[in-house]
Amino acid sequence: MASMTTWRRSLEAVALPVGAVLVAFVIFGIFCALAGANPLAVYGSIYKAAFGSWSAWQNTLIRAAPLMLTALCTALPARLGLVIIGNEGALVMGGLAAVLTGLALGPSLPGGLALVAMALASLVAGGLWIMLAGALRHYRGVNETISSLLLNYIAIALMNQLVQGPLRDPAFVSKPSSYEIVETAWLGTLPATRIHWGLIYGLVASALAYILIQRTTFGFAARTAGGNVRAARIAGLPVGKLTLAVCFLAGSCAGLAGMVEVAAVQKRLNESIVSSYGYAGILVAFVARHNPLATVLVSVMLGGILAAGGILQRSHNLPDATVLVFQGIVFLCVLYSDSLYGRLPIFQERSERPGSAVAAS
Amino acid sequence: MATELLGWWGVPLGIVAGTLRGSVPFLLVSLGECLTEKSGKINLGLEGTLLMGAMSAYAISYLSSGLVGPALAPWLGVLAAGAAGMMLGAIHGWLSQQPRVNDVAVGIAMIIFGSGLANFLGKPFIQPQAPQLPTLSLGGWSDLPQVQSALLISPLFLLGVAIVPLMSWFFKSTRWGLYVRAVGDSPDAAKAMGISIFGVRMASIVAGSFLAGIGGASLSLFYPGVWTERISSGQGLMAVALVIFARWQPWQCLWASLLFGGAQSLGPAFQSVGIDSYYYLFNAAPYILTLVIMIITCSPKRTLAGAPGGLGQDS
Amino acid sequence: MSDRNRSFRLSRRQVMRGLLASSAFGLTAKLSTGCAQSPSTGGDAATGDAGAEEIVVGFIYVGPKDDFGYNQAHAEGAAAMAANVPGIRLVEEASVPETTAVAETMRNMIEIDGAKVLFPTSFGYFDPHILALAAEFPDVQFFHAGGLYQEGVHPNNVGSYFGFIDEAQYVAGVVAGRMSPTGKLGFVAAKPIPQLLRNVNSFTLGAQSVNPAATTQVVFTGDWSVPVKEAEATNSMVDQGVDVITCHVDSPKVVMETAEKRGVYTCGYHANQSSLAPKGYLTGAEWDWATVYTRLGKEFMEGKTLMSGAIPHILRGGLADGFCKLSPYGPAVTPEAKTDGDAAIAGIKSGKVVIYKGPLETNTGTEVLPTGKSLPIDDVELEKMDYLVKGVVGSI
Repeated sequence: MASMTTWRRSLEAVALPVGAVLVAFVIFGIFCALAGANPLAVYGSIYKAAFGSWSAWQNTLIRAAPLMLTALCTALPARLGLVIIGNEGALVMGGLAAVLTGLALGPSLPGGLALVAMALASLVAGGLWIMLAGALRHYRGVNETISSLLLNYIAIALMNQLVQGPLRDPAFVSKPSSYEIVETAWLGTLPATRIHWGLIYGLVASALAYILIQRTTFGFAARTAGGNVRAARIAGLPVGKLTLAVCFLAGSCAGLAGMVEVAAVQKRLNESIVSSYGYAGILVAFVARHNPLATVLVSVMLGGILAAGGILQRSHNLPDATVLVFQGIVFLCVLYSDSLYGRLPIFQERSERPGSAVAAS
Repeated sequence: MATELLGWWGVPLGIVAGTLRGSVPFLLVSLGECLTEKSGKINLGLEGTLLMGAMSAYAISYLSSGLVGPALAPWLGVLAAGAAGMMLGAIHGWLSQQPRVNDVAVGIAMIIFGSGLANFLGKPFIQPQAPQLPTLSLGGWSDLPQVQSALLISPLFLLGVAIVPLMSWFFKSTRWGLYVRAVGDSPDAAKAMGISIFGVRMASIVAGSFLAGIGGASLSLFYPGVWTERISSGQGLMAVALVIFARWQPWQCLWASLLFGGAQSLGPAFQSVGIDSYYYLFNAAPYILTLVIMIITCSPKRTLAGAPGGLGQDS
Repeated sequence: MSDRNRSFRLSRRQVMRGLLASSAFGLTAKLSTGCAQSPSTGGDAATGDAGAEEIVVGFIYVGPKDDFGYNQAHAEGAAAMAANVPGIRLVEEASVPETTAVAETMRNMIEIDGAKVLFPTSFGYFDPHILALAAEFPDVQFFHAGGLYQEGVHPNNVGSYFGFIDEAQYVAGVVAGRMSPTGKLGFVAAKPIPQLLRNVNSFTLGAQSVNPAATTQVVFTGDWSVPVKEAEATNSMVDQGVDVITCHVDSPKVVMETAEKRGVYTCGYHANQSSLAPKGYLTGAEWDWATVYTRLGKEFMEGKTLMSGAIPHILRGGLADGFCKLSPYGPAVTPEAKTDGDAAIAGIKSGKVVIYKGPLETNTGTEVLPTGKSLPIDDVELEKMDYLVKGVVGSI
């Protein structure tokens, strides 16, 4: 009987999101048919462009890497009951700190050390940026969702101002950009691939975040405080310090994404690092229900959608906005599927024995 | 008559003009969001609603001008924008009230969906010119063309201003207003009173989205009066912050919208008289200002005066 | 203990969910089989079959290709190439950001669509993205709009092309200078990059050639497409008495319409916007990519390449070479201004009019060119411009 229960629950956990994605595909197929494209051919193309070959997989993983990091910026504070949407700003601040460090060090340090220094700087900068939102929440009662949203705009303005002014490399003509960081401080690609090390950073950060939240007393305290602040205070938990620490860790993940974007992709700082990785990360975190391991998989899914965006234009003559519509439909369907847990009779055990479910698991 | 060149006087005039022009979408979206948040839900998706409203208004105004004439067409556009807003609002209202579904997440998904849909459907309307809404000229007393142009008022602005006391009265003195406040402040008590939480929130969100859609119409049919995919550039998200800035009070939404609308014209107005450094920071002025005011006015004891108690809690 | 169990079960469910969400996209099989393929085989494989009758040309745009501005000008040019040159097949992708996304798009166009020639049209695609891909695919030609090709530094299969649209801006400046009663011109600008500064400066120099007292007020909006700020910038300049306005933003539509509403003259940019401002439109600096792309397309079909040296790595041209042109004069333009404008066009085409000539100094008083010296329009020095000339009000 016990195994029956877990079996049904596993099936539910599998069937709901799969069903949601399938429903999204059907809706999107209708949309495509209305737009004059053959839905089956569109499905085939999406598969081919996102997961159809090793090259397509690399495309998907490259796009997923920054999302894994930015998603943690929302996922970790969510465990404390905080809704942080300042991912974009923390990413920008991380990129800014990384570039400043890289430029200040120049070729003085060997490559590995320069990268470490840049990564540390980005962790601190991104961390402090979100910690500010956490501190305002804790000490001043300022709504963290709104303050972190505002901090995004402020960070982007600050970056633009610096890149336009003191940091600007006059020899780089295509857009106002900082000077280039030295080649030894570039972040390379994984052997035999074109995927940069940011993917590994993302995977490691997600694993660490998972262990931290699920397997340590710190994580336990954070989850307790997230469940009920008053109870946590009575139990003597340092809610303020927890808030600051969790926000710092969250921001540092997004900051690291900024460092990766600078060191592995752009090699200098400019407006290109503001490319909605932060906002996408928020959605990834919510769809993954703030579980750091699930964010990895959802990031890969979103990476696949983004990777497939181009082929919709090139092979099916659909306009560039189509991928946005597709993304929107998938996320709305998956978010809705969350509400169906425990509500579909087919996944419920037939003979109700409230005690046994707890005992079994 | 004074000289044609205003010099430094152009700065305050430019800001006043920019305020009257630029505040319309802020005002309508923030009133919509105010109503939504009073009922206890956040709708971040108004950014998408704004775009969808702008696109629908422009498209309908353009398409119908041949049938009903250029005088009536923009008004049909405004209605279409409101209807498009209500459609997106209904999706948000229904989805964000499902168990275990977070309204912030739905909002961000709705930004993507709404802007995707608007951009997808709006492709054919970027190039043509649609008939614009008429404006009321209140500057006839002045000889200065700058003043005359600054005082061209959109009827949508007047509509927004008229809604302010109405909404204020609605919250304070009507039974339905009480329902909305009850549902937003303490859903459990409202339930005990026999109020349908789902129904009230749904109605609030749909009505709020209607206003936001009209805000979009003001972008494409009044100022700047075009349909492009970047037309909203974050104003819908900003309005969400603005409501908190305004402490969920319709009157304060009006002042805050004027402030934010005016802040948009700071950068260009200063540059036009030769103050041209730091324009990125000038452009970020409204965000910095909101944050500073939030820090000053909040206190650790209670989160925010006027905040609906049930705001941000999952259903 | 029970808490731990609960969380574990929860997390496993999340993991399963994410896993299956991905597998719906096809996670199931391909990872293991795909590993064996080398990432660059696609490019080589395409060589054999694409060669003879069809050449696939890829165009990449940073924004929507119907923006009534920069991207649309390129997209229309691309369509003209496909229409005029038999054998050219077009693949296009719009709204591609200047991140890894553009690198992946270029790669897909090469590997999946078999493109042998790419036109990534946004300035920001060049460094690092085009340079990296070009090194990896030496048999694919990359043509970039606006980039600064450096021989020996950049890969041999990269070419850069751009039009001296500042020549057209100079002519527009001449017309504007003649038409402006006050001599105060306005320029709505996005970001201070060299291409844009050239336009501001040559517009001003053109106006000064007919009215030495003419000045140009410049307002930077900070971004390539921010409609409300562009309208605000236009309005604030009109408030300051500016009576001719032009711009360099991605979509000039807002500026044109706002200026028309305020009753001032306008000069267009990117494309012919006379329909947006039927009363005040004077003329405008337009791209003529159809001519350029059609010419290049014919060369591709003849088998000419950058690598063989048959197509030069730096392709530049102005009014004389058909890279850009001027919109037909609007109804407001006086015969006198038309004469001056036509004379300026003829002078530039024949080489008699040199835009950047001494004495030339910046608006902060630094000398750029002493009397008697001049810079020809194709001098690379100009592509690094980082100053505003005397007579421009504003700073970078």
